[in-house]
Amino acid sequence: MVETSDTRRPGADPLLSSAAMNASDAEAWFIREVLPLEAALMQFLRRSWRNQNDIDDLCQDIYARVFEAANERIPQPTKPFVFATARNLLIDRARRDRIVSFEAVADLDALGVAIDEPGPDRTIIARDDLRRLQGALDRLPKPYRDALLLKKVEGLSRKEIAQRLGVDEDTVKHNIANAMYALADFIYGDRADIGGTP
Amino acid sequence: MSGKAQNSQNMPAAREVRAHAAQWLERRVSEDWSQRDQADLDAWLSESATHKVAYMRVCAAWNKADRIVVLQKPPFRPAPFSPHRGVLSASFRVAAALIVFSAIAMGAVKYLSKPDGTTYATAIGGQKTITLTDGTRIELNTDTSLRVALKGNQRRVVLDRGEAFFKVTHDAARPFTVTVGNHRVTDLGTEFVVRRNPDGVKVALVEGRAQFERTDAAASKFAVLTPGDIVVATADAFTVTRKPVRELNEALAWRHGALIFFHTSLAQAAEELNRYNAQKIVITDADAAQLKINGTFPANDVRLFGRVAHVVLGVNVENKDGEVVISR
Repeated sequence: MVETSDTRRPGADPLLSSAAMNASDAEAWFIREVLPLEAALMQFLRRSWRNQNDIDDLCQDIYARVFEAANERIPQPTKPFVFATARNLLIDRARRDRIVSFEAVADLDALGVAIDEPGPDRTIIARDDLRRLQGALDRLPKPYRDALLLKKVEGLSRKEIAQRLGVDEDTVKHNIANAMYALADFIYGDRADIGGTP
Repeated sequence: MSGKAQNSQNMPAAREVRAHAAQWLERRVSEDWSQRDQADLDAWLSESATHKVAYMRVCAAWNKADRIVVLQKPPFRPAPFSPHRGVLSASFRVAAALIVFSAIAMGAVKYLSKPDGTTYATAIGGQKTITLTDGTRIELNTDTSLRVALKGNQRRVVLDRGEAFFKVTHDAARPFTVTVGNHRVTDLGTEFVVRRNPDGVKVALVEGRAQFERTDAAASKFAVLTPGDIVVATADAFTVTRKPVRELNEALAWRHGALIFFHTSLAQAAEELNRYNAQKIVITDADAAQLKINGTFPANDVRLFGRVAHVVLGVNVENKDGEVVISR
């Protein structure tokens, strides 16, 4: 029953696919092209939206809209589509709250110019990814990091990790889930603080 | 397990969903994953696109983390990661403030005080910074007129019209006062701003201390102001309220050519812009006047303001007889 997570076949991710739900082109596209925009998207949202408590929710809503659209047809090119979705969402919210943010409008005009710039070289992206990952690991609280490394690098089971670290299995479960929550934020987001449930 | 986060009431919805997604992932990659679990996960995923994207995101991070294995093998050890984070806006604002600030300071003229007072004035849309011989700096906002007299151990300013920011070089032996109508502000080591409206006076204290009092009343009513204090005075009375200093600094954005609005009605925003521009904004519709806006606007760009109002609020904006008319 166990599937290892080592196989990386975009479009048929073993974590995502199941009998009921096959990994689709939309998912592969979302992971490959949308998630890497998250840091820029978050910075845009922070600048454009006054209430910083809403930022995570806005990002998540934008993702949901983008993904639903991609299930119909994969939007190309990706970046202008994502930012246009963000803009529309902000304008919808602004209308609903009867609050308008000038930065949102001005920023998007500026983005319109930058959107079609060619991306950086792939090797630079790869190196940057690795550096980001290292930084993310460094900033994980030690209990999270220890549990994650034993899982990822040594491939131990929950029970084995618990024994190795001298904690119970529920703690291992909790620490790995929190490690992944924080790692996803570090890898894709633009913040340096630790997320996760305490 | 139910996949429920413990402290859901305090978390934004997105964080809660992401926490659930991480918990699902942890179970999904553990050794006791069953068909039944998979069915539960599928059900959760099909509940909403929000669940789906959160799960996709954490799975993608998990896959990227495969490369942790590479990182564990010495001697490869990349340089420490330097976070570029989302506090950019705040620090950028400070940097920008400093730049604009020094630009203004460089353009400032050192005025020699004359014994019987000198008048300084700005036109609509104008700004001017003067530095007195004692080092005190005064920044005049749009459409402002004031008189300065440095005489003996007296330093006196009279604000006849408009608004000015004062950064006073404190000298207990030579009190610095700003008189506005029948009110007076006395410096006790201070940065403050004084604004004279047709119907009254407004003083906001940014730094240090100052004393505010009436000059005419028999009763010696006065208040000592500390940072964040705002005095609103009419001819007969004044009240002191307090705001976070951050908000005061936003109200001082004019020093850098900007106006910052937060939950400001279109009518109030237009009134502010009209102080700075010969071309006036007129709002003909009562509903439109009550629409609220947020944002940082250049003080001297009426057309941009109109354009934003049109694009985002959907109001009609037209140029008529040299006025910008906003209607439904």
